[in-house]
Amino acid sequence: MIPGDGAGGALMATVALPLAGSLLAVVLGRHGAQVAGGVALGVGAAVAVLAAQVAGGGVLRVDLGGWAPPLGIALMADGLAVAFLGLGAVVMAAVVAQAAALFSTRGGESRAGYGFWPLVMVLWAALNLTFLSRDLFNLYVALELLTLGAVALVAIGGQAGPLAAALRYMVFALMGSLLYLLGAVLLYAAHGTLDIDLLAIRAQPAPPDLVAAGLITAGLAVKTALFPFHAWLPPAHAGAPAPASAVLSALVPKGSFFILWRLWFEAMPDLAAPPVLTLLAGLGGAAVIYGSALALMQGRLKMIVAYSTVAQLGYLFLVFPLAGGAGAAQPWEASAWTGTAFQALSHGLAKAAMFLAAGLFVMAVGHDRLEGLRGLARTMPMAVFGFGLAAVALLGLPPSGGFTAKYLVMTAAFASGQVVWAGVLVVGGLLAAGYLYRPMAALFADAAPGPLTPVPRRLQALPLLLAGLAIGLGVASDAPITFLAIGRPDAAAEGL
Amino acid sequence: MLLDVILCGMILAVALAAVSGLGVFRAVVFFVVHGVLVSMAWLRLDAVDVALAEAAIGAGLTGVLLLSAVARLERLAGGGAWRQRVNVLPAGLAAAGVTGALMWAFLGLPQPAGLGAEVAAALPRAGVENPVTAVLLNFRGWDTLLESVVLLAALVGVWALTADDDWGARAGVAQHAAPGGVLEGFGRVLPPLGLMVGVYLVWAGAAGPGGAFQGGTVLAAVALLLAMAGLAPAPRVGAPALRLALVAGPAVFLGVGVAGLAWGGFLRLPPDIAKPLILTIEAALTLSIAVTLALLVLGRPEPGDGA
Repeated sequence: MIPGDGAGGALMATVALPLAGSLLAVVLGRHGAQVAGGVALGVGAAVAVLAAQVAGGGVLRVDLGGWAPPLGIALMADGLAVAFLGLGAVVMAAVVAQAAALFSTRGGESRAGYGFWPLVMVLWAALNLTFLSRDLFNLYVALELLTLGAVALVAIGGQAGPLAAALRYMVFALMGSLLYLLGAVLLYAAHGTLDIDLLAIRAQPAPPDLVAAGLITAGLAVKTALFPFHAWLPPAHAGAPAPASAVLSALVPKGSFFILWRLWFEAMPDLAAPPVLTLLAGLGGAAVIYGSALALMQGRLKMIVAYSTVAQLGYLFLVFPLAGGAGAAQPWEASAWTGTAFQALSHGLAKAAMFLAAGLFVMAVGHDRLEGLRGLARTMPMAVFGFGLAAVALLGLPPSGGFTAKYLVMTAAFASGQVVWAGVLVVGGLLAAGYLYRPMAALFADAAPGPLTPVPRRLQALPLLLAGLAIGLGVASDAPITFLAIGRPDAAAEGL
Repeated sequence: MLLDVILCGMILAVALAAVSGLGVFRAVVFFVVHGVLVSMAWLRLDAVDVALAEAAIGAGLTGVLLLSAVARLERLAGGGAWRQRVNVLPAGLAAAGVTGALMWAFLGLPQPAGLGAEVAAALPRAGVENPVTAVLLNFRGWDTLLESVVLLAALVGVWALTADDDWGARAGVAQHAAPGGVLEGFGRVLPPLGLMVGVYLVWAGAAGPGGAFQGGTVLAAVALLLAMAGLAPAPRVGAPALRLALVAGPAVFLGVGVAGLAWGGFLRLPPDIAKPLILTIEAALTLSIAVTLALLVLGRPEPGDGA
């Protein structure tokens, strides 16, 4: 592990390739889809190489420009980061494939066909950087790029509704950015560094650090749509074109959550006071219940799937008291940490599958109102089956990755005596069964669907593939569990 | 000392005026004045680079964007029909809470350590003498590279709001300045001066205050003046030369970064050729920043008022 040695090539490629692709797409316009296809292949290969490097040689660090922190910026690939890079690579590949059909520029360059490709690749580069960067200001720039790409993708449909949703999203997200930046400035003033590993040594429970942690946490919570800051998410995610929705719902909130996770487990584990951890998990629990309840009341498929994201993101916040809190150094804490990683990965795959499937239903029927989807299982069996498998993963039924996630988190909840969080898992699962039953019942209804626009079979295979991976994550869970443990912070095993 | 107290008082008073509900137009005007005052405060703190950036981008460019947004709202919705009363109380409470927390944190801050010593120690290997430029283009060049992409992404986002039929048209609303009028006169006199100032700011940035962002903003202003005076038509969004100019900066920066892999790692600039590399990056960045900022102000392509 020599900092900045040649091994940094694959690590850098996961960010540099999408960046280069977005620049190329700005120039080439009509060929954005081909550029994105090439980038998807390249990033996929780079993540595979990086995964082999990390599995073989452990955590990989690169000091950019050869300047070590605190002067320079370090990037780091551990098991967690590479797993999320992999999630991004798989989801993006499927999104690029579906979007190539939707934003085709065969008849000449068009507005949406031009804008989509640079934006989606910029977003991808920013997302990968949130997984790799160890510098809180560099992470701020990554968040800004992520937000900008995401907001523009919401608006790219061009209708008034999504435009308003995009504007609302931007106001919320920029507020979150400012809070985050204020916190980062405070940390720099107090410690002369923004490097996560140096902060871990220097942070202390004094007013500047406490206020900074509070501001950063609040900012990231807004960006992750944690209850009660969730109001921007459903209209934005449901209003975007389906491939964009898949990116926005499956990946984008994971970026801000990932930083929150790094902050508490790696940068300032000693600052975590039990009331703060309980508050975060309490809001997460509220998000599970409230998001699920509202998902039950929606009449449009994409709104159901979007509210489900609010609920599913809530589960992630249970990690804070469960992987730490009162009982330090207990054997179950690593299982809550690993379970949460599984929840994020499994939700990412399943949610992308659902939105891509929903996009195909819209392509076929022309809208996404539930009553119009009746009987689609007959005509689009592959896409509907993909949607169903994704539902299995979201519900946490065995043998899906969602099941592994809930099993690990629930074990931790019982073993640590914090049974209330297990209750959240159970109630959330039941509510999810409720809100997913309605679209499933419509899709499998014994009715002949109305006139349909035919949807190519290769597009129908994409959601099935993603949902299959979400199931496979649970079937073959040993390898990912071992991989995630590479470079796992001590706090995850010893407690916050 | 007295000057500082007066300056701080004015900043607070102007900030208060900007948020006190005098109407959006006045709020924007106060916002611009606020930016100018803050840039003077940066000058007093000997942060000339920050002062330049704040004046050019914080007060100047953002002010122009906000003013054109106000003008558009007035044109679209007429006499204030779009104005909404904001619920002041929760916003005020939240702001007061954050301010209180910040003051509490500020009082607990140690004597700021900063990275002055580390920067000074590494400066001989950085290729430039201005420590700010060394940080922006070398030590933390990765941030700067990404920020130049932020600008580009913002422009692509604005373009994505074009009406489908207007795609490929000239950027912005068609401008008609009166022939022989004041605007046209300024349009002929100021650009050479602006060009000189802009290029000087970039060149000076290697040794003293200045740099690509500040120089680029001045050049963007020159381009805007030419477009608004009707002396040079705004470019079409599809023009290949325009698109190359937009990506030149980030592309050159990224290219130098990748070339660094040959010297041991991404973004490594060997000390003996660091200066020419940094100047090349800055030249390309200046071009891209100038074009991107000018196009952000011009806005999406749309038919002129009369069309």
